[in-house]
Amino acid sequence: MRKLMTAAAFALPIFGALAMSGGAATAQETLKIGYIDPLSGGGASVGEVGLKTFQFLADELNAKGGIQGKKVEIVPLDNKTNPQESLIQAQKAIDAGVRYITQGNGSAVAGALSDFVTKYNERNPGKEVLFFNYAAVDPVLTNDKCSFWHFRWDANSDIKMEALTNYMKTAPAIKNVYLINQDYSFGQSVRTTARAMLAAKRPDIKIVGDELHPLLKITDFAPYVAKIKASGADTVVTGNWGQDFALLLKAAADAGLKVGWYTYYAGGTGGPTAVKQANLNHQVFAVGEGIPNVDVPGAQAVEKALRAKYDFSLFYPRAVNEMRMLAAAADKAKSIDPVKVAFALEGMEFDVLHGGKGVMRKDDHQFFQPIYIASFGERTEKEPFDEEKTGWGWKLVARIDTPATMLPTTCKMERPN
Amino acid sequence: MLELIVISTLNGILFGMLLFLMASGLTVIFSMLGVLNFAHASFYMLGAFFGFQISRWLGFWPALVIAPLLAGAIGAGVERFGLRRVHKNGHVAELLFTFGLAFVIEEVVQIIWGKSPVDFRVPPLLDFPAFTIFSTNYPAYKMFMLLVSIVIFAGLLIVLKKTRIGLIVQAALTHPHMVGHLGHNVGRIFMLVFGVGTALAAVAGVIAGPALVTQSNMAGLLGPILFVVVVVGGLGSLPGAFVASLLIGLVQTFAVSMNGSLAGAFGPLSPDYASTWLSDIWGVTIAQIAPIMPYLLLVLILIFRPMGLLGTRDT
Repeated sequence: MRKLMTAAAFALPIFGALAMSGGAATAQETLKIGYIDPLSGGGASVGEVGLKTFQFLADELNAKGGIQGKKVEIVPLDNKTNPQESLIQAQKAIDAGVRYITQGNGSAVAGALSDFVTKYNERNPGKEVLFFNYAAVDPVLTNDKCSFWHFRWDANSDIKMEALTNYMKTAPAIKNVYLINQDYSFGQSVRTTARAMLAAKRPDIKIVGDELHPLLKITDFAPYVAKIKASGADTVVTGNWGQDFALLLKAAADAGLKVGWYTYYAGGTGGPTAVKQANLNHQVFAVGEGIPNVDVPGAQAVEKALRAKYDFSLFYPRAVNEMRMLAAAADKAKSIDPVKVAFALEGMEFDVLHGGKGVMRKDDHQFFQPIYIASFGERTEKEPFDEEKTGWGWKLVARIDTPATMLPTTCKMERPN
Repeated sequence: MLELIVISTLNGILFGMLLFLMASGLTVIFSMLGVLNFAHASFYMLGAFFGFQISRWLGFWPALVIAPLLAGAIGAGVERFGLRRVHKNGHVAELLFTFGLAFVIEEVVQIIWGKSPVDFRVPPLLDFPAFTIFSTNYPAYKMFMLLVSIVIFAGLLIVLKKTRIGLIVQAALTHPHMVGHLGHNVGRIFMLVFGVGTALAAVAGVIAGPALVTQSNMAGLLGPILFVVVVVGGLGSLPGAFVASLLIGLVQTFAVSMNGSLAGAFGPLSPDYASTWLSDIWGVTIAQIAPIMPYLLLVLILIFRPMGLLGTRDT
């Protein structure tokens, strides 16, 4: 499968280039979106889920006649979670006639791509490329390093922490907090924001531990769990994702560590299975822009359709918002020209998948939307969906409306004339 | 504090024993064939996935026996039909062969079981806390892992030191031609050793699978550390591998539980420039660098004692 996809990744740009030289008319028939994410290596499991989600969404748009009459096509490009490789893939995609790039895994990659696209557009007026970021959450991308050509649909790390800490503020049982995060830009940003926000909102909370561990390299978290236990923490806050989350929880279960978990990505692949194995019934919380068990018919329909087609849940409601907003912006601009679409997206309001209004803020191109906090555990009849065949599902705990998620930005946007 | 020390010691020994299960096979294969088997950790992964699949069909206990046998058979086949043919093209070819094999195995595992972790559970019989020490549970399954490792270590030692097969294997390690001239089938000995070595790695896979996460990149995560064990312990030295495994297990576990940093060690005595242009290094805690400790050990050993802790030859 991976071979096939790599082959496709190599072949598609070549075919694309042929189509381009064959005549601009052919290229105009489709709207190509370059999907640049890991399709091999450690991040492959995450990248493949993302790719299938985007292909699913492209099919959905095509069934309704595409965007501005153009068929939407997702071009998969394997970046091996590597910024350098991503730029090569981006150039390949552009050479093949791609004008829209989407990526999500790794803020280092997103930073490199945003930079690349900005410079490319300066040098190539009339051939502008847009970069849609669906999951890289380092706040800097919409603050000091913001770009007119970069749009982010995922709530950035600070927004998520704001929501989490607002909820933690209301839980008096929390007294001793332990922070454990991955040692790279995102993990470090989670750790500093958590410290700052908890100090401001709940000065009585003690930070009893603050750990950074290497990214995706730990096989046994038992030593870390022993340390958490020894610290006397009653709550753990972590931005860990992928196996770093699953293994951490497994070790906690083995040691009988009973604490509350406040997380960003407990819902990722392997997370729910680990929580179930740890038997932490409704003690693990996650923050995000939507959960399967929110009673919104539109969202549940997408969830059902996706699960019927693939054996995974909708991890990226933001991808749905991204693709649908692209269509709406193109309709508003009556064009698929990236510059016109970019201006149409600025300040655009949109009814998000899980209900409520979202807005693409003009100042920094950060999308603001209602944020949900959910806990994972046994279901009632109100929660129809389970995760990873565990029988357990997400239960809504708190919903934060769009205005309450708005954080200030330091972005000084430079717009094209 | 005492709690942390006791638990860390237990965890360290356990991790060390797991490393030893894998390193024992690797080190014997290394000294016999002169080849670092890059695919060794892949057999650990195969063991975990076979164990998962068989425990679905027949239960955990049959899996504990069948999965290593299966992986061992595959290992023996690899030696007989792969390595032996490549052997005549020299060590580099053999090295590249095992290197490629590691990728092939990973790819095959991904095709069959996918890229996400599989739900490999601890058997219900062992799914309870063995004892509670200072309010921390110590799972029975981990004690079981420890027990299996010790039994295998003892068994291996007895076979190698006290039996005829062990004598021949030891002789073949150092003087393969002489052993051949004495009428022993050296090729078959190599095949057997390779098979047993990979089977041991598979045992480690079956028992580690439920305790850690069983997924297709598990080989890549543990592979590099194995080489550290083999080099630190001394090539071909089983007791060396044992000591090195425990040492690395303990070093890594204890390093994690320490919070000290250079800034903390120097306290008010730290020089002014430390907080400015040394700030990155100054503030790093021992816990943060815990995972690179084994590699640091590797570098130091190679510089100061290239034959390893208990090794006898310079290679």
